[in-house]
Amino acid sequence: MAANDLPTGRTLVADTVRRRLRIAAALALALTLALVWRFYVLQVSQYERYQTLSLDNHIRIQALPPVRGLVLDRNGVVLAQNTAVHILQVVPEKVDDLDTMLQEVDALVGLTPGEASAFRKRLKKHPAFEKILLKAKLDDVQTATFAVNEFRFPGVTLEAVLHRDYPEGILTAHVLGYVGRISERDQARLDASSYQGVHSTGKIGIEKQYEGALLGRSGFEQVEIDAHGRTLRTISRNSAVPGHSLSLTLDIDLQRVAREALGNRRGAVVAMDPASGEVLTMVSSPSFDPNLFVDGIDQNSYDALRALDDRPLFNRALYGRYAPGSTIKPVIARAVIDAGINPQERVYCPGWFTLPDSSRRYRCWRKTGHGFMNLHGAIEESCDVYFYEMGSRLGIDVMAKVLSGFGLGRITGVDLPQEPAGLVPTPEWKRASRNESWYPGEDLITVIGQGFLMVTPMQLARMTATLANRGIPVRPRILLSEEDSLSGEKISPPQAQASGQEADRVVDTELDQIIRAMAAVMHSPRGTGRASGRRSPYPIAGKTGTAQVIAIGQDEGYDESVLPEKFHDHALFIAFAPVEKPQIAIAVVVENGGSGAKVAAPIARKVMDRFFLKRLQRAALAEKSDVFG
Amino acid sequence: MFSGRALHLDGPLLIALLFLSAFGLIVIFSASGEDWEVMVRQGIRLGISLVAMVILAQVSPETLRRLSPHLFLIGLAALLGVLFIGVVAKGAQRWLDLGLVRFQPSELMKLAVPMAVAWLLTRGRLPPGFMMILAALMITLIPAGLVVVQPDLGTGIMLIISGMIVVFLAGIRWHHIMMLLAALAALAPFLWSRLDGYQQQRVLTLFDPFADPLGSGYQTIQAQIAIGSAGTWGKGWLEGSQSHLEFIPERSTDFIFAVFAEEFGLMGVLMLVILYLFIVGRCLVMAYNTRETYSRLLMGALALTFFFYLFVNLGMVSGILPIVGVPLPLVSYGGTSMLTLMAGFGMIMGMHARRRLMT
Repeated sequence: MAANDLPTGRTLVADTVRRRLRIAAALALALTLALVWRFYVLQVSQYERYQTLSLDNHIRIQALPPVRGLVLDRNGVVLAQNTAVHILQVVPEKVDDLDTMLQEVDALVGLTPGEASAFRKRLKKHPAFEKILLKAKLDDVQTATFAVNEFRFPGVTLEAVLHRDYPEGILTAHVLGYVGRISERDQARLDASSYQGVHSTGKIGIEKQYEGALLGRSGFEQVEIDAHGRTLRTISRNSAVPGHSLSLTLDIDLQRVAREALGNRRGAVVAMDPASGEVLTMVSSPSFDPNLFVDGIDQNSYDALRALDDRPLFNRALYGRYAPGSTIKPVIARAVIDAGINPQERVYCPGWFTLPDSSRRYRCWRKTGHGFMNLHGAIEESCDVYFYEMGSRLGIDVMAKVLSGFGLGRITGVDLPQEPAGLVPTPEWKRASRNESWYPGEDLITVIGQGFLMVTPMQLARMTATLANRGIPVRPRILLSEEDSLSGEKISPPQAQASGQEADRVVDTELDQIIRAMAAVMHSPRGTGRASGRRSPYPIAGKTGTAQVIAIGQDEGYDESVLPEKFHDHALFIAFAPVEKPQIAIAVVVENGGSGAKVAAPIARKVMDRFFLKRLQRAALAEKSDVFG
Repeated sequence: MFSGRALHLDGPLLIALLFLSAFGLIVIFSASGEDWEVMVRQGIRLGISLVAMVILAQVSPETLRRLSPHLFLIGLAALLGVLFIGVVAKGAQRWLDLGLVRFQPSELMKLAVPMAVAWLLTRGRLPPGFMMILAALMITLIPAGLVVVQPDLGTGIMLIISGMIVVFLAGIRWHHIMMLLAALAALAPFLWSRLDGYQQQRVLTLFDPFADPLGSGYQTIQAQIAIGSAGTWGKGWLEGSQSHLEFIPERSTDFIFAVFAEEFGLMGVLMLVILYLFIVGRCLVMAYNTRETYSRLLMGALALTFFFYLFVNLGMVSGILPIVGVPLPLVSYGGTSMLTLMAGFGMIMGMHARRRLMT
């Protein structure tokens, strides 16, 4: 022991450490006593309080899911809402005999084989004390029947839940998207604390884009539940905050007209207000019923939808990539003027064009030729030979620049998820992606909107709006306004404040003569779109386009009657109206529609007619209320 | 004590440790929802940890002392490695994948930090001077900081505690202690701002768990209900309704004591606390009776760090300390922590067995 040692330095040190060990031991003892006191307080002094909290009446803190925000069209028509439905839930450990219970429930309200097997699958995945879904969407009779008999089924509860509902269904499926059950992949991406008690999330479209605004905030409540898991009473409650309601720029009437005009064809229609970029119509056809996805679509139906050749799930308006065909000719014409070429210069069209040192004939759509054509006539009658000549003079770099300037090959910035950029080809691009050099012939293919050039209907509509704006680009948008559901306070989206237009651009007066040619397309006796411009009460500027889907050989003709439908040309059309002070810009693509003039242009005309009719009616109404008000 | 002496083991300590770990297995069985597999896995870990303990007990104090700085540097390199090439598990980057095994350098540091500080301080004159204290602070705070950014706040705090215990035992003067505390107080606002939002929330929760009963307050509230509803005698093994209804998150790991307290009541708590105190006390007595200063510092530090594990865990489970994620030593489910602790006890036994060897 230290006491026997001589008082050397080492023992002095030893004494210090020993003293400290004693102090530390005393400290540890004191801290332990503090802990014991704490447990005494919890387990003895406050025992009764905690026992009530725990024993016969379990206090559960349960999340109150927020009500998802509504989505309305620009006139207040409901596009997405929440309706109450009844569901049956089961806490397995509270059921004495699951098989008997299932039989009796089946006898009472009926269970489909699918519901029963899905239930058994969930049973394996979840612990026995967790609630699992037995039957979704009971009808009124089933709900009433079960409610009367609920006492016979301990562990089975009938609950009313809110369920997302899309009243306009197929009209809005692509743009609005849908919500669905939160999947494992969603879980990895979403913040769990914001989704307490919430079982679904926006999967695509606006529902996904504005998930944050629509979701709202979960509340919670403390409830007492009895031994069967039934709620006895609510102790305290912190209400959920509902999600914001969104007004979209879409007009559901125009949406319906566009869809009906497309009929059962495959294609897309996008119309917007060129000044603000507000998207008035965005239709992709064929469509699907988004309500199927809300509760989780069953595998068979989903596979069936995906397997269809028509690809109804595919949003052609935003994701479809098409050769624009002749619809880009007005934009190319802008480059022609810019290059210092006299618009009055005439090019002779014999029906074909050849490059120097080549015998290959590039055909005009009119086999007999247009004769002498200047810029105006070449747009009006869509003469390919004039543009072949210009294309070979301009070269790909100049053309790529003007096409990019009108927003092709880049995203439009519309507020929808994962917009594709399309493609404006350049020699550098071709070298990088295919390791091939650019051929002069490809200038000619590009100038008539074929070849590698790929655009989306949304990009085409934006290009049209930019023409309508005399060169000022606009950013399309679908959210009109956001509103706090409780206070009614408007929250304007940040891009609305910037009015969508890029302020530093100035009006391009050189476009006027091109726009005059586009008006001639619709209203002159030789215009390619004259059939759709006829007797229009408002002047239209338009451009037709017909894009080949397959290459036609040198000596073959294109004969629609012998080709299978999927090889028919795509029909395209762009237009804005009125020519001066335009209020609507529209792009129509009809897959394998054949002729842009015959198939795509009438669809645009129907949508525009409806648009201006509504304007007139509203103006008349306003006038009346002025008189009587 | 039978063959224990030849193996440099300590009978009373060994028996207490076995008793505690066996009890831990019983609680794990209940906390895991009566899952045999979980219990068997933990049993295997216990076996491996005991082997490690016996092996470490054979290492002489002189070897431990010589190895201290090297072990520390290896640990430090590994911690830096984790930062750059570590494996992310459960949102935190704590592991190095060595091919065969995943290795958690912060666990190695639990031993290496007190060893390195003891090594450093015994190189100079005791009690340590101001510069020595600063040096000790450095070799404690650098690894602790690396662990905190992983992020593993609990282990980081425990590393600091273990390093500071060595400094305390080495006889740091009281006015130096005051200076350190003053510095800590001055730095507190800065440290607070460096904490993650959820970590700040956990501290705030302490004062009012009902402010966020579904989020940060949930664990605290549910654990207190489980503990409080047990009363003096508890609800009985496997009868803890709160635990079995899964009201308690992390009930097999950090919050296992809530399960235990619900099922065994205040009497069980007292019994378990006494068992822990016996282990700590026995180690302190062994440190007291060891003559060599390095051994004594290290033994005392390991014993007291073990105590602080207990204190922090029980404190956070019972709602008097923030939830920092410290497991209940030798009882919580999980292997690496048990391995480190048993290795530490092996070192204590080995140093004690050779206490009369003077260097």
